[in-house]
Amino acid sequence: MKSRTFLKTLLSSLFILIIFATFIACEKKDEANNNTGNNTNTSNTIKIGQYGSLTGDKATFGQSTKKGIDLALDEANKSGGLLGKQIEMIIEDNRGLQQEATTVVQKLIDKDKVIAVLGEVASTNSIAGGQVCQEKKIPMVSPSSTNPQVTQVGDYIFRVCFLDDFQGEVMAKFAANTLKVKKVAILHDNGSDYSKGLSQFFAETFKKLGGEILVDEAYQAADSDFSAQLTKIKGLNPEAIYVPGYYTQVGQIAQQARKTGITVPLMGGDGWDSQTLFDIGKDALNGCFISNHYTIEDPDPNVQSFITNFKAKFNETPDALAALAYDAARILFDAIKRANSTDPKAIRDALAQTKEFKAVTGVITISPTRDAVKSAVVLEIQNGKYKYRETIKPDAAPAQSAAVTTK
Amino acid sequence: MELFLQQLINGIVQGSIYALIALGYTMVYGVLRLINFAHGDVFMVGAFVGFYTAAAFKISEPSLGALFLVMTSAMCAAAILGILIERFAYRPVRKFSRLTSLITAIGVSLLLEYLAQFFFGATPKSFPTVLEIKNINITSNVTISNDSVLIIVVSILLMLVLNIIVFKTKLGKAMRAVSFNLDVAKLMGINTDFVISFTFALGSALAAAAGILYSVHFTKIDPLMGLLTGLKAFVAAVLGGIGNITGAVLGGLLLGIAEIMVSAYISSSYKDVFAFMILILVLIVKPAGLLGSAAQEKV
Amino acid sequence: MATLLRIFGWLGASILIVTILESILKTLKNYQIMGSDIITDYGLNIICLMGISISLAVSLQLINGYTGQFSLGHAGFMAIGGYVSAFTTKSLLAGSGDERGFISTLIIYVIALSIGAFASAMAGLLVGIPSLRLKGDYLAIVTLGFGEIIRLVIENIETVGGPRGYIGIPKFPNWQWLSTSAFSGTFSSMSWIFLFAILTVIVVHNIVKSSFGRSLIAIRENEIAAEAMGIDTAFYKVSAFTISAALAGFAGGLYAHLYGQLVPTTFNFVRSVEIIIMIVFGGMGSITGAILGAIVLTGLPEWLRLMAGLRADWMPQWMIKTFTYLPELRMIIYSSLLIITMLVRPQGILGQYEFSLSRLLKKNKTTKTNSEEKKA
Repeated sequence: MKSRTFLKTLLSSLFILIIFATFIACEKKDEANNNTGNNTNTSNTIKIGQYGSLTGDKATFGQSTKKGIDLALDEANKSGGLLGKQIEMIIEDNRGLQQEATTVVQKLIDKDKVIAVLGEVASTNSIAGGQVCQEKKIPMVSPSSTNPQVTQVGDYIFRVCFLDDFQGEVMAKFAANTLKVKKVAILHDNGSDYSKGLSQFFAETFKKLGGEILVDEAYQAADSDFSAQLTKIKGLNPEAIYVPGYYTQVGQIAQQARKTGITVPLMGGDGWDSQTLFDIGKDALNGCFISNHYTIEDPDPNVQSFITNFKAKFNETPDALAALAYDAARILFDAIKRANSTDPKAIRDALAQTKEFKAVTGVITISPTRDAVKSAVVLEIQNGKYKYRETIKPDAAPAQSAAVTTK
Repeated sequence: MELFLQQLINGIVQGSIYALIALGYTMVYGVLRLINFAHGDVFMVGAFVGFYTAAAFKISEPSLGALFLVMTSAMCAAAILGILIERFAYRPVRKFSRLTSLITAIGVSLLLEYLAQFFFGATPKSFPTVLEIKNINITSNVTISNDSVLIIVVSILLMLVLNIIVFKTKLGKAMRAVSFNLDVAKLMGINTDFVISFTFALGSALAAAAGILYSVHFTKIDPLMGLLTGLKAFVAAVLGGIGNITGAVLGGLLLGIAEIMVSAYISSSYKDVFAFMILILVLIVKPAGLLGSAAQEKV
Repeated sequence: MATLLRIFGWLGASILIVTILESILKTLKNYQIMGSDIITDYGLNIICLMGISISLAVSLQLINGYTGQFSLGHAGFMAIGGYVSAFTTKSLLAGSGDERGFISTLIIYVIALSIGAFASAMAGLLVGIPSLRLKGDYLAIVTLGFGEIIRLVIENIETVGGPRGYIGIPKFPNWQWLSTSAFSGTFSSMSWIFLFAILTVIVVHNIVKSSFGRSLIAIRENEIAAEAMGIDTAFYKVSAFTISAALAGFAGGLYAHLYGQLVPTTFNFVRSVEIIIMIVFGGMGSITGAILGAIVLTGLPEWLRLMAGLRADWMPQWMIKTFTYLPELRMIIYSSLLIITMLVRPQGILGQYEFSLSRLLKKNKTTKTNSEEKKA
């Protein structure tokens, strides 16, 4: 009986101690932040918030994005920071959940008093976080959310990637005009708005250009067996298959497709872009095509130095998400420089006026709807490397086959 | 017709994997009346152990020896893991209600998944080639790869081995005794703790074997791979009659084939819904499963 | 008649409590401690989440804790309530804007939430009926299966957005008589949520203390004996499921209108497990336990985030570095908590202990009489 009371007292005192420590800690932190209620920064760092899915089933995307931003942050701070101060990046994990996205963005803005926010990848999370940013009038830049509704949340929300409809069109044009195929099957990820969006727009454009969609099959991200869908597709004899999914599944899909005896090329979007794709897919990917923002084969010194620095820092090749994140961060930093102030409204206005920014993923101009206007490139995969095929510009002009740069 | 045959083969391969994992579920449930939620995650751990073993021994060319090495190390590691889990998480709560054990099992499962995500990273990894994949043509349009054949053969083999162990050895007799009545078995002089640990070790080793075969076939591994597959394997075990070894294999094959058929002929998006519906239907109509026998509830 | 008065009394009391709370918070808003706001939207949002968690935990307690039916699919009921009510508000409020009066908008919300709860109740009925034949582990698995089926089916319904999520759900309207323009909708959402949380607690508490509740507890303790005593176990079990589901559906509707969008993956197995952890940790037979569990487990991740950002001068570098990992460890901490609770205190922190005002008052009375007697 005595030991029980002892244990009880010990545990309760420990509990009280923890709560007490938290409160004490709280106070100290608040003292360091002398703020007058709105988020103009008077401290000695520039606070920028970042939210992403660092854990959970979308963790790979969040972690790639984080690395891209890390690199940009490092470079910026090494060259003196912004407006004479160092940049402090406060990162929060929203575990892939839209509810958490709202919570963490609120924390970043209310508690950490950031003047701008970077994030997210998944459009639903971006919309959730975006709503908070719009309400609080803090500018937000999404590196890779492609659902058109994201920037429709309000005039404080921007993005640096192209939209689903554009990417879908790009591949459709390539298939119809360059590959000259008439019959295509689609295999898309049923749990991803990105994948569904792309397949939808691909189908629309492809049909408009006179092609035929034989079948539109779906899979779930948690699947690892695609034999049923692939066998079905094989039976219909398509000339190509559009697989606008993520690299986490496409590698296997390619492997299994070849196993089933499918020899026609697969096509996809920027969701394919990752070293993991090549690790898993290997030779099955030869002769496949993707639409992307950039290519690591691009001889542009900007791109090459980005790749070299990224490899040096993280020991891996950057994927499209990392590249986009890098650009998002740099555009934001550039806007802050141009605004020459830490006032969120001024930063927002500077962002809206971004023109011809030389980014790694293309030359970016921010449109009146706060989306990025840039071209897409179509790349062919051979032996674990990309070969540039052509650039497709974002207007009604048909695909232009630029001179193929030999590798 | 050939399409159907190909889909049938796909289903059998998928089903064999479920069967292998279901064997472990069924054994542990038979002996302890515990649904070991963590079983699917032992499957995942087996796959990862195989991955790191291959990396440690710098295996670059596929060979039967490489496969053997990887599988053995995975099975040993999993067996040890199973014993540890039983010893530290399940044994202390055995004296409480079954509900408590179930909750603990859920806790262990989640713990394994998130620890794996934390330590191995969430990015899926590519399993190294330890076996050279060759396609065998049955007819011109129907193929089966040699690793698929391996999966089917190994499942059936292990089922037979398990049957022998359970019905023809003394240890197996002890296992059956424990599954009938734990306390009486104790009174009969059986070291129940040892028997239970052995059961866990065996079941976990099977799960690891399934993990390696799965990784060879599908080549992609990630920390959350055990969740859905484990759940479906559980459905398979229930379908076949939980506690019954042949039932587990039967259930696995049936579920695999049914899933593929639904995916191929109805809609691939409803594949998982279908698996769960089977579960519910079986539990409502014949809770003992296809090959199981109904247990009387005593007051 | 008396019951009706009682209901109104409870309702009125709840509204009064919430109004007072809100006024306090509103005044506090204008004050600051050490240069930063005491009340932030971030903090309010967390409190709202706690309120929803409380409703979910207490409603689950009815099934799991009091009736002894282990349900692992609670997230499914929440999902149905959320989607149905969201669909209703979206269709009814589409494009109307400011023409509608405040009262009519209020009524629309109440109707939407009720329809959502009703749909969930139907689902609860559907789940409750098969549960009649199943016990323990089997029941748990079947409810798990149902939860997953619900989620997967929703994922395939395009009208509510499918896997991309249901966007554009109108948020709660501001309470006109407490002008809350200073805060965003979080403030008014909070009143709805807390009103409802209090209501859930009252409903479940009243059920439990009544003869209906006693039958449920009898079923939990020994179903065969209860049946032998003449209790229609089938009726009670199914009723428990239905009521619990309805309450969860309401909570789901609140969730939907708090966030303005719904994604099917939010309502997966892990979410059901999170609610289970709340009542397992707090105590499986007590409403107070459920509330405690809900508050602790909703607050835990935020506390972890707080710790992660800690940068006091007296802290060594390694400590700061380890702390930054804390939020990532959140799920590991949750699962460890579950296991440790089972190992060390399987009945949960509070077990079946209920906080009771009447008991507190009775105690005082007895001590008084005792000391009076001694004097005499």
